[in-house]
Amino acid sequence: MRMGFFFHIGRYFSMLSKVFTRPEKAKMYVRQLFLEIDNLGVNSVWIVIIISIFIGGIMTIQFAHALANPLYPNELVGLGTRDTLLLEFSSTMLALIMAGKIGSNITSEIGTMRVTEQIDSLEIMGVNSASYLIFPKIVAVVFIFPFLYIMSVFFGLLGGMLTGPLVGVVTIPEYIDGIQWLFYPYYVTFSIIKCLVFGFLVSSVPAYFGYYVQGGALEVGKASTKAVVNTNILILFFDLLLTRLLLT
Amino acid sequence: MIEVKNISKAFDGNQVLKDISITFEPGKTNLIIGRSGSGKTVLLKSILGLFDIDQGEIWYNDRNLVQMSNKERKLLRSEIGMVFQGGALFDSVSVEGNVRFPLDMFTNMSGPEKIKRVQFCLDHVNIDRQAYKLYPSEISGGMQKRVAIARAIALNPKYLFCDEPNSGLDPETSTVIDQLIQALTKEFQMTTIINTHDMNSVIEIGESVLFISKGEKEWVGTNREILDSGNQKLDDFIFANKLYAQMKKGK
Repeated sequence: MRMGFFFHIGRYFSMLSKVFTRPEKAKMYVRQLFLEIDNLGVNSVWIVIIISIFIGGIMTIQFAHALANPLYPNELVGLGTRDTLLLEFSSTMLALIMAGKIGSNITSEIGTMRVTEQIDSLEIMGVNSASYLIFPKIVAVVFIFPFLYIMSVFFGLLGGMLTGPLVGVVTIPEYIDGIQWLFYPYYVTFSIIKCLVFGFLVSSVPAYFGYYVQGGALEVGKASTKAVVNTNILILFFDLLLTRLLLT
Repeated sequence: MIEVKNISKAFDGNQVLKDISITFEPGKTNLIIGRSGSGKTVLLKSILGLFDIDQGEIWYNDRNLVQMSNKERKLLRSEIGMVFQGGALFDSVSVEGNVRFPLDMFTNMSGPEKIKRVQFCLDHVNIDRQAYKLYPSEISGGMQKRVAIARAIALNPKYLFCDEPNSGLDPETSTVIDQLIQALTKEFQMTTIINTHDMNSVIEIGESVLFISKGEKEWVGTNREILDSGNQKLDDFIFANKLYAQMKKGK
């Protein structure tokens, strides 16, 4: 049976209405929440650090290359790197990367529970499976995303500061002056708002695809792919929307 | 006791259950048998309330499932234990954690009380204490089924449902699982419904057997009556195996 776009939208919101209901036992949800923060958030710290250092370094070199003009001060390299990290990379690009890592993890975990009847087992016990499995994941990811964002900005700037002088395109004092130049704190507020929205998408959309999977291991794999693709599209759509609403 | 009265269920116009009525008594192992696609699982899931039936009534003692509110259904489910075909144990939790889960979720027992209850349940299904900390992937299929049974009885249910509890198990382990379910049913006086197409189970523990074919009730009786049922469809199903056919001839 071919299912339309509106069918999925309706079922997604129907799932969310089940997710955001009163928990059977708050203590169990809190315990689950800490497990999810560790599993989805803390376990993502290293990948965020590594990617951010490299991207920060690459952006510094590219800015230096693009601004290789004696009329432009070298401080612009630091400024460009900082603003790109603050406004786009550390929120949007990071969300896209995390959709791959966290999103596929969520879909495959919940999808496997579905096809091995673990979700039916919860339902028969009288547990609201959607809420018990998905609510802690959403809260964990929404909570952890702003921290990952801040970490990403910090390590991205660090990557630029290490790479710039190393390849000889900018000195450390110029770079540090640059990253302090024309700083608008609102950029951080704007990006944290984006992080909260992206965190919600990165957790809830893959959860939807996993929760309603039917079949076996093959279908779980396909659902993971669909979840990542759809989450990425939604992230870009909401990025455009939020940028238009909050920045221009 | 569970009483099913004239239930019917269709999917997309395809009639899967047709006017089935049956009473499942407590303290007995009630078996539902039939070919693959005969409607066994739909019947079981309908009785459990996982499928909404098109017509009929399902009574859990004096409570009609069809007319229950969500809250009442939730309450009823705390009185139900279920053993799934694949065990359906939670992968990320140890054997002990699996049995403890319903206690954590639905009781206000203290830690030591929970441990005592978990040990009681696991002892009843003969799980060694050394296996408590193992994960489901680290134990055999037979052990997984036994842990699933232990989890199902953790909340002291009035009703126990088993969906093909012997699938994927060798005959010896299957017999152990059958006998275990029967012993627990008698000890705790549960109303047990087992969905199976394992003929050994039918012969071993079929105190009440419902045979359904193409969604219709074909025959009801006991394992002792099954050899002389006089029902052609049941005979075709039961004696598809040559050995059983020869056994019938020799009685």
